Amino acid sequence: MELAFALVIGSLTFAGVYLVLRARTFPVVVGLTLLSYGVNLFLFSTGRLMSGGQPIIGSTDTYSDPLPQALVLTAIVIGFAMTAFVVVLALRSRADTGDDHVDGTLRSDLPEATQDHEQSREETGQ
Amino acid sequence: MTLSLVVLLPFLGAIAAPLFAQGGRTAIAIASSVPALLALATLFPMWGTLAEGGTIVQSLEWLPQLGINLSFRLDGLSLMFALLILIIGVLIILYARYYLKPQENVGKFYALLLCFKGSMLGIVLSSNLLLMMVFWELTSLTSFLLISFWNHKQDARRGARMALAITGGGGLALLAGILLIGRIVGSFELDDVLAAGDQIKAHSLYPYALTLVLLGAFTKSAQFPFHFWLPHAMQAPTPVSAYLHSATMVKAGIFLMARLYPALAGTEQWFFMVSFTGMITLLIGAYVALFKHDLKGLLAHSTVSHLGLITLLLGMGTELAAVAALFHIINHATFKASLFMAAGIIDHETGTRDMRQINGLWRYMPHTATLAMVAAASMAGVPLLNGFLSKEMFFAEALSLNLPGIWAWIPPIVATLAGIFAVAYSARFIHDVFFNGKPRNLPIYPPHEPPRYMKIPVEILVVACILVGVFPAFSVGPLLESAASATLAGNVPDYGLAVFHGFNLPLMMSVAAFVGGLIMYSQRQKFFDFHARFREIDEKAVFEGVVSWLVERARWFTGLLENGSLQRYAMLLVVSAIVVAVVPLSGMSLIGSNGLTAIDPPTALGAAILVFCTLGTVYIHRERLTSLIMLSVVGLLVSLTFARLSAPDLAMTQISVEVVTIILLMLALYYLPSWTPTEASTGRRNRDLVIAGVAGVGMTLVTLAMLTSPFSSISDYFLENSKPGGGGTNVVNVILVDFRGFDTLGEITVLAIAALGIFAMLRNRSLSAPPTDGQGHPWAFDAHPTMLKQMSRPLLPLALMVSVYIFLRGHNLPGGGFIAGLVTAVALLIQYIASGVNWTQARISTRYHNVLALGLFFATVAGAGSLAYGYPFLTTTFTYLKWPVVGKFEVASALVFDLGVYLTVVGATLLALVSLGKLTPSGRPLTRTEARKES
Repeated sequence: MELAFALVIGSLTFAGVYLVLRARTFPVVVGLTLLSYGVNLFLFSTGRLMSGGQPIIGSTDTYSDPLPQALVLTAIVIGFAMTAFVVVLALRSRADTGDDHVDGTLRSDLPEATQDHEQSREETGQ
Repeated sequence: MTLSLVVLLPFLGAIAAPLFAQGGRTAIAIASSVPALLALATLFPMWGTLAEGGTIVQSLEWLPQLGINLSFRLDGLSLMFALLILIIGVLIILYARYYLKPQENVGKFYALLLCFKGSMLGIVLSSNLLLMMVFWELTSLTSFLLISFWNHKQDARRGARMALAITGGGGLALLAGILLIGRIVGSFELDDVLAAGDQIKAHSLYPYALTLVLLGAFTKSAQFPFHFWLPHAMQAPTPVSAYLHSATMVKAGIFLMARLYPALAGTEQWFFMVSFTGMITLLIGAYVALFKHDLKGLLAHSTVSHLGLITLLLGMGTELAAVAALFHIINHATFKASLFMAAGIIDHETGTRDMRQINGLWRYMPHTATLAMVAAASMAGVPLLNGFLSKEMFFAEALSLNLPGIWAWIPPIVATLAGIFAVAYSARFIHDVFFNGKPRNLPIYPPHEPPRYMKIPVEILVVACILVGVFPAFSVGPLLESAASATLAGNVPDYGLAVFHGFNLPLMMSVAAFVGGLIMYSQRQKFFDFHARFREIDEKAVFEGVVSWLVERARWFTGLLENGSLQRYAMLLVVSAIVVAVVPLSGMSLIGSNGLTAIDPPTALGAAILVFCTLGTVYIHRERLTSLIMLSVVGLLVSLTFARLSAPDLAMTQISVEVVTIILLMLALYYLPSWTPTEASTGRRNRDLVIAGVAGVGMTLVTLAMLTSPFSSISDYFLENSKPGGGGTNVVNVILVDFRGFDTLGEITVLAIAALGIFAMLRNRSLSAPPTDGQGHPWAFDAHPTMLKQMSRPLLPLALMVSVYIFLRGHNLPGGGFIAGLVTAVALLIQYIASGVNWTQARISTRYHNVLALGLFFATVAGAGSLAYGYPFLTTTFTYLKWPVVGKFEVASALVFDLGVYLTVVGATLLALVSLGKLTPSGRPLTRTEARKES
């Protein structure tokens, strides 16, 4: 059981990290979602794995650890809020820059951006 | 805590004084003098203790764990400085009343001046080195604000910036030095530090501590090579120059050296660093002062030179030299403050400070001239004035310094040379300004005497110069004795405060300096010509150059790390996280003592599907819609995992969140390209695969090791008290709304903020979306299929009923506000999807912001309710009700809190998704019928 669980978390982390490192917003969002699955499962498992031990008083003899569950419950909801925020940020970024690259600019735009930088440097130097 | 009151009074005055600004300059000047007078009255009764050689320490604990205490200490040295600060401070306030113009912001000026006064008193009265450090930085800040008081002038702003950079940088060094001392001694209290002198000097960290502390002192007291900020600080209004930059603040560095004298002085390192720095500063300041045409420039460089003199005396390391240093601190403060004020009067009455224009003022303002001439004579060291006395002591000390061989000649020669320059520039101040022909092109002509009261502070100080010069033992004897005793830890040597010590070598040096100085002044044209051959270094330009070079380097370095690519930062973040995790975890055993448990086939199958879909999501991530479908399978299996592993609440939450998330991503995908282009090179993809692989393998190992290790949980408390204390059997829900209710309140607030952020980002925006999919096919055959529409409508009340049921039972069975809120949100979202935004919006008049706000309101009120009964915030209570049909059930006040959670979740989810769905794209999706019409 533990081995399977660990493998699940490992593959979620692998997939999440790889997608987070992509250049376009949508895969990154998908990656973040996968990562948060992994993180939530990991946090949940700090209370160890148990079958049929739901933490409802009186329903069973031994209970699983309720504290990580309470933490993860809010983490799931907050994770959704974060995903929603990032998604909308990505949409705004696309609307403002015309591109869905995570850097906010196309590769071909970069030299131009550097020029802007230099210009503002001169202005502040004054 | 009378001493803390002395420090606090000026700060209180700084708050109160501006209120009097409406009443004119006189009113505010009087109001500003009150704190200093009260402080003097507070200090007066303490003199008795000090005269007997005692010290007064008053302490209040502040952060005892860090060794920071609000402790204040009064001994002879701090009293001497406190008196200088308070008395000259009052004179400056009176003087500034006439110096400032009525239309200037006098309220700000006096408030800043009082803040400065309080900070300065804090430095000299602090008994805790860290507390002193706080006041030290405060003087740098107030000095910055005062120098740039006329902030419309570029020079003033630049001078202020330079002063802040130098003294602030020195402050950082000092802080490091103090921390080292604290580490050596084990305490920051001055009593402990001063008593541990031998321990400090023997410690291996002593050279570093000494260097750092001296850096702080040298920058503050304008010692070479940091002296250049002081002349540029002369852009400040003259009262500020007189007070901060000659009499008090620049003496803070000297004070620090005197204060820590028993702890740090007496070693070779001290001798070389302090005395040579002082000697160079003494010479450079005196030399440059002669060539300054600006009246304040001359005085500023002279101040630098005198500060060097005092530093040199402290560096010599003998007791007599230390006494001379303390004596010269008093003398310099009196004559230099009066000279600055006189210069301010001249500037005020003639409109310029250029000595090539100001000549022959004797005819126009004899009274001021007399005062200035006496003060200048004191600066030159003319007998019967106080400057003479300390200068004689300095000469004597320079002669008695035991250096080997030819080196023994250096101190007396330097001293005489500096004396010659001092006489020359003093002579120039007198002759060039008050005689030497007629004034040329004065902006204000003819000049005349200033208002009567403007001269009073100058008169008082000049009288003090004469009084000390003629009756030294009577006037300052006791104070000096007390200060010397504090500085030298009681080992005060025999010294004579007489006017005349007989015809000895020091007197000869004085005579030589006097004659040499007058000759030098009479031959000044030759020196001016000689000096003009050297290109004058503009310190300001050099400083700005160095600063911009540094900024350029810093920018270059930042650019190395931060090139603007978020993708790169994400990579760096992941890599650093891996590195940070690998180091401590590398020695960990892979499988803990608990061993592995067996797995049943259905669970194994579920895990296999989960892993397969996870990897599948990555594999086909370029086809966005397909990968999204894969992702939804992953989410589904995650919620099954929770269900399988005894977490029913999590399973319910996960599955409802999953629905909302997938709807959200589908919506987003509509506005984004449906396909991800290949951009990264194979090498880069392989690199990312390796990074992700290491992270994945690492997490697998960590999880495995954790899961197989024994642990003890704090949850037994929650399990035991959930029913008796919180009134619910669903422990997870009781934790959320009761035990850790405050956390939950924070979490729903974050949720609300995120939703509002989304709303704000999308407000009044329209995103462009393609009217057809990538291949030119229309998006849908029918935007709102009838079957879906008809099915969704009866579903709504059913779904809402389910959510109410889940909500109500949440305290005892899986459910609660979070889950019920999500179920409600999903039920409503289905209406939006099935029937369209406009149709649904027309039927739901509630604005989701209000739902959100109401939710937070309920949650907070439920928490605050317990305050009314005298319990802490968010204490809950419960009781049992008996209704017909329903039967006996339990009502907890936590239910109100959970209602808040419910409403917030509904409001936040819908606000986010509806904001997104409501965007009216420029190209609305075409249905097939419409597409056909178009073609």
